[in-house]
Order: sequence, then C-alpha cells, then structure tokens
Amino acid sequence: MRFASGVLGADKYERYLEYHRRSGCSGEPLSEREYWRELSAHQEANPQGRCC
Amino acid sequence: MSTAASEAQQRGPDGPGPEEPPNHVEPEVLEAEHGGWNWRKILIWTAIAVLGGVSWVMVALVRGETVNGIWFVFAAVCSYFIGYRFYSKFIENKLIRPDDRRATPAEYMADGKDYMPTDRRVLYGHHFAAIAGAGPLVGPVLAAQMGYLPGTIWIIVGVILAGAVQDYLVLFFSMRRGGRSLGQMAKDELGVVGGYAAIIATLVIMVIITAILALVVVNALGESPWGVFSVGMTIPIALFMGIYLRYIRPGKVMEVSVIGFVLLLAAIIAGGYVGYSDWGIEYLTLDRVTLAWCVIVYGFIAAILPVWLLLAPRDYLSTFMKIGTILLLAVGIVIVRPEISVPAFSEFASRDDGPVFTGSLFPFLFVTIACGALSGFHALIASGTTPKMVEKERQTRFIGYGGMCMESFVAIMALVAALTVDRGIYFAMNAGAGATGGTIEGAAAFVNSLGLTGVDVTPGQLDATAQGVGEHTIVSRTGGAPTLAVGMAGIMHSMLPGLDLMSFWYHFAIMFEALFILTAVDAGTRVARFMLQDTLGNFVPKFKDPSWRVGAWLTTAIMVAGWGSILLLGVTDPLGGINTFFPLFGIANQLLAAIALAVCLAIAAHRGAVRYLWVVILPLAFDVVVTVTGSWQKIFSPDPGIGYWANHFEAKEALASGAESFGTAQTPEAIQAVIRNTLVQGSLSILFVVLTIVVVLIAAYKAARSVAGRPGKDHEDPFVESRLYAPAGMIATPAERELERKWESYDAQTGRAPRSGH
Repeated sequence: MRFASGVLGADKYERYLEYHRRSGCSGEPLSEREYWRELSAHQEANPQGRCC
Repeated sequence: MSTAASEAQQRGPDGPGPEEPPNHVEPEVLEAEHGGWNWRKILIWTAIAVLGGVSWVMVALVRGETVNGIWFVFAAVCSYFIGYRFYSKFIENKLIRPDDRRATPAEYMADGKDYMPTDRRVLYGHHFAAIAGAGPLVGPVLAAQMGYLPGTIWIIVGVILAGAVQDYLVLFFSMRRGGRSLGQMAKDELGVVGGYAAIIATLVIMVIITAILALVVVNALGESPWGVFSVGMTIPIALFMGIYLRYIRPGKVMEVSVIGFVLLLAAIIAGGYVGYSDWGIEYLTLDRVTLAWCVIVYGFIAAILPVWLLLAPRDYLSTFMKIGTILLLAVGIVIVRPEISVPAFSEFASRDDGPVFTGSLFPFLFVTIACGALSGFHALIASGTTPKMVEKERQTRFIGYGGMCMESFVAIMALVAALTVDRGIYFAMNAGAGATGGTIEGAAAFVNSLGLTGVDVTPGQLDATAQGVGEHTIVSRTGGAPTLAVGMAGIMHSMLPGLDLMSFWYHFAIMFEALFILTAVDAGTRVARFMLQDTLGNFVPKFKDPSWRVGAWLTTAIMVAGWGSILLLGVTDPLGGINTFFPLFGIANQLLAAIALAVCLAIAAHRGAVRYLWVVILPLAFDVVVTVTGSWQKIFSPDPGIGYWANHFEAKEALASGAESFGTAQTPEAIQAVIRNTLVQGSLSILFVVLTIVVVLIAAYKAARSVAGRPGKDHEDPFVESRLYAPAGMIATPAERELERKWESYDAQTGRAPRSGH
C-alpha cells in the first residue's frame, strides 16, 4: 500500500513535510491544500513527458 | 566533516550526538560481497542459466506443432537476470563508476516538489510507469506478422545490449548534471549546432510519435460505440477526480484513484449496454475522421486546461490501470500457459510485402519493435524526470537498466498475447481496409489468398470473434491495440472461464491502452509546447514567459496542428494508415535513441573510459545502421510498396494519365491523398535522418577529440558530500543493510527525520 502510494505520488505532501523539517527552515510548512495547489502550479510551469 | 553535519551533532538530545555514519559502503566490501561465490549463489545462478537455456531451446530450436507461451516468459526473465547481474554490473564497474559519496541532485537540490530523494523500489515503479506506455504493447503485435522468433530475439537481446544500456547511461549522466534534459545535455556537450539539431529532431519526433499514438486510439475506437462510450467517460471521471482533489479532499490521491478506478469499471460495464442500445449505435458509432477530430479538439483543450483538472487525475488513473493490468496479464499468462501455433518464422519473414507492415525483416522488424527493445523516447524520461528523485548514485543501475528490462518484459507479454490469436483472425484484423474491403467476406477471401500454411478463415469465424468481444466487426482493426485486446481477452477468459466476461475483458484492454495513450497525447503536447516556447523565446523573449496565456495558446495550437494534421493524413490514408505511418514512428523513436546514445558517447569519452566505449558504440552503431538503412529504403526504394517517393511519383503519374484508381486508392481524390501523404512521409524521413546524422557525426567528432586527449569543458555538477545512505539494488546486501540500520538509529538519535520516500 505504501509502495503503491509512492509510485502514484500520493505521499508527496508527507514527504514535503519531512523535507521541510530536515531543511531546518523556521517558517510554518504549507498546509496540505496549499501544498497541492503550489505543486500543480509548479507542474503547470514544468511539464513532464509520458512515454509512448 | 561539514559544518552542517556538526550542527546535526549538536542538535542531539544529550550534548554532542553520535557520529554521523559513513555515506557509502567501502567498494572493497561490496566487491567481496558481490564477487564472492558461495554454493548457494552458484546454485541459484546455475539454475537461472539452465532454465533460461532450456527455454531458449524450446522457443528457438524445437519445432513442434505448437510452443507453450510460458517458455517465452522463462527465456525472457532468465535472460534479463543474467544481463542485469553480469552485463549491467560490468557497465557499472567499467563505464559508469558511480560514487555513493556524492550527493545526488535529489539531495543537494531538494525542493519538496520534483527534487526529492525517493525510495529506490518506489522510484523503480514510478520510472517504469513513466516509460511504459502503448509502444511496447503495439510494436510486438505488428511484428508478429513475421513469426514469433525474430521479434522475441530482438526484444530480449535488444534490451540487454541496447535499450537498457541507453536508459541507464542517460539516467546516470543526467543525474550527474542536476537532472538536465537530453536537449540541454546535447547543447552542453555538442555545441550550438549539434544541440539545436538534437532539439529540433526531438520536437519533430515528438509530434510524429503523438500523432501515431493518437492514430492507434482512433483505429481502436472507430465504429465501436462501446469503446467510444467507455473511453469518453474517462474525461468526466478525471474531471470529477480533479475537482475532488482540489476542493473536497485535497491530497487524498489514493482514495480518489480507487474511486476513479471503480467508476472506470462501471463505465466499461455500462458501455456494454450503451453499445447495443439504439441511441448508442446511432450517436456513438463514429467514423475515424470524426474521431480524429475529437482527439484533436480534446488534445488542444486538455493541454490548455489547468494540470490539476484533467492531466494529473488522468495520470493517476493511468498509472493505476497500467501497473494493475500488466500484473494481471502476467498472472494470466503464467496460469493459462497458452499454446501458440504461429510459426517461428512466417512466410513474411523472408518477404517485404506483408499486409501488416511492408519492408523486409532487416531493417523494418527492428524499427517496428522500438519500445520494449530500444526506445529513444525513454531518454526524455531518464533525463529530466527520474534523475531528480534518485537517492544514491549506485541505484541508477537498478532503476535505469532494471526498469527497462521490465518494459521489455511487457513487450514479451504483448507478443505472447498477440500470438495466441488465430493467424487468420490476426491478418484479417491487421490488414488495411484497402485489402479486405472492410467486410468479413472480403477479409476471409484476402487472408485465404495469402497462401499461409494452416490458415483457412471463414467469414463466420470473423463474425463470431467480433460477437464474442462485443464489437460489430473486427475486420481491418489496424494499429495493434485491438489485436492485443482480443489476445488478452482470450487469456483472461481462459483464466476465469466461469465469469464469461470475454467482451468485458476486450473493452477493459482497449480502455487501458486508450487511457495512457490519451495521457501521453496530453503530456506530449505540453512538453512539445514548452520546447517550442523556449526555442521561440530566443527570438521573441516574451514567449519564454510561461504565464503569457496568448503565447501558451498559440504554441499549443501549433503543436496540436502538427500532430493533428499527421493524424488526419493517417486516418484518411487509402493505404491503411498504420501500414505506412508506423514505420515512421519506429524510425523516429530509434533516431531519437541514436541521438541519446551519441550524447552518451561524447560524455563517456570525455570521462575517459576509452577501452570500454564499445558498450555505447555497439548499440549506437547497430541503431544507426538500422535506422539509416530503413530511412534510405523509405526514401530511395524503387518499390512503391516501400519507398515513399517511388509511391509518390507513381501516384502522380497515374493521376496525370487520368487513371481512376491506383493500388488500393479507388478514386482520383484517394490518389491525391496518396500523393500528399507520401510527400509528407518522404519529407519527414529526410528531415529526421539528416538531423540525426548531424548529431551523431558531431558526437563522434567530440568523442574522438576526447580520446585524442583534447577534451572540452566538463559539464558535471561539482562534488557535494552526501549525508544520507540507501542500498543500491532491490535486495540490500548484508553490509548495505548494516549501514542502513546505522543511519536509521543515527536519524532516530539526532532527531533527523527518517529518510523520505517510504
């Protein structure tokens, strides 16, 4: 299950929180809703291909 | 020790914390573990070698009435294990030389979005889902025209020596360069001319590939109300998922994917009723030209809609279906163990006028099966997407080389599924409408006239097959997807006969292919649009601004017009569309591989492993010979069945002489279509091959300069000391496991977050 959600990218927010904690940044991390919004804005600007 | 590391120590709960464990296992220790042969290891590898050898003998040498499909699976899997264990290890030691002391971009550029260290097993699945699409499913089906053996050998040997090598090298080199894309690496390594040639070639090749993938979908859905309904329903389902994730329960990706999957199954089942209802037949029986326009309009809208609304949820669904269905097919083949009665070499193996695709075995078999053996498109994923997520350098072998072996396995399963289809039905489905007339009587007469041993198909049989899978007809369903769906449905039905779901399985398979082709169309259009914006931005800087809507819309429209016009040419092609366009797809993909391998050659030469450059030169040389010969024949062959220009000029002459028909073109308008299509195909062939030759020559020159001791600038990112550790392969060795444990306890003691990605 954890594997599947990793492959799907479903655990991105949890991993973002870890990243935030490790980075030692003092500010509050983004909320789950904010994070996904920012991620989709980021994907908008950096499209990734899918293979044939 | 770095300052950051000592800070981490000071953060320990009781004064100075424990010392940070090393970031790598000593190479000597690894070598002792890896190279030390104990009895258990010898026994396992002997068993793999023996099973693989026996399977190859069963597949390649024993000539019985039939051969069991399970031997293909064993031959493939054992060969992959041996190739992975020995050849990729050799490449790692001699050419790649990874260094776990170096931090990967995922570590030193971590941004919580693209750059995130990801558990190797998760990343393996992620990478596989990104590289595997319709390509490895379609190519092997078409190649079955020549019998099973040529395709089997190319898929398995090709991946070990070429495809997996390319993916591995590109992944590693891109990772050493901060995850830069293939185009950027080409510009860095090959200079302005080589770089631009590579970028333009990539752009045009993406357009062609998108067009032909779209053609496969259109051919599968034409005249099929069931298919149109269930595939069409994926759009509202994805929109619902997008809104759900954005406004109702943000971030609950797994939950919404399961909901989406259930809705998808409901759409397939409902499609069965719709497909037979009066209104379904009346409104959803669409001809291919209408469908092509639907896909074009869809492609444009999908590419300008926000990512979260359509692309992202569709991507979740497609990943879900992809991995699930492939596992299901693998289980099906292992349980059912289908008997295959197709000959090893068919009558068409030694001819160049096959009805499925024209041209002789060499070189056209090697371009027809592109994905699954060697796929240039992977270079775009292996650079850019995956390298930003790799945790440790030594994992690139497992992810790059191993990931491609998995895709090759998908190709083998697709081949086996296609081989289970009766040969008469296979040819009736895959010969163009020009040959079969589109009727069951015409198809039966055409297939029986081919003079194939053991093939005697009746109109009744074709009708019964269509009925069985819930379609009105299966004649001239070219493109590979419907044939694969028939084969898959047969295997699933034999596995679960009690359920009697033949037509459900057929439409499940069509849905599964259509789903990720449409995702690829959408994502491909976006990537191509960005590349175009970037290139135009060099002349009109405003194009580089991604928030400039007019620019984004304009470039999207250009890209959609590009692939859309080729798609329309394909659907209206009197010669059958797939038959003439698929070789272009294969050649384009293989030429992209040539570009990727050429860039790798230049980089590898720069790194100085001169004695082992043959590892790159071998697949590059083979690929260049195949694609240049293929292009050459497509451009210069005097046989109008093969050469685009020969066909072009003959059709022109025929039209000028006032002929009413020309081959399968039955009207003057159709002859004009032939003239136009061959002009486009012929021109594209010339463009591709010229661009590729330019790139390969420049790369060879750069490589030769490096070998001669005059290397150019080094474009690797500077060394950053890594501060995390993870094992390299699927299964950690004892020393790797021990170090991993040390890190776990160190992280726990110092309050450092556990490693991400689990």
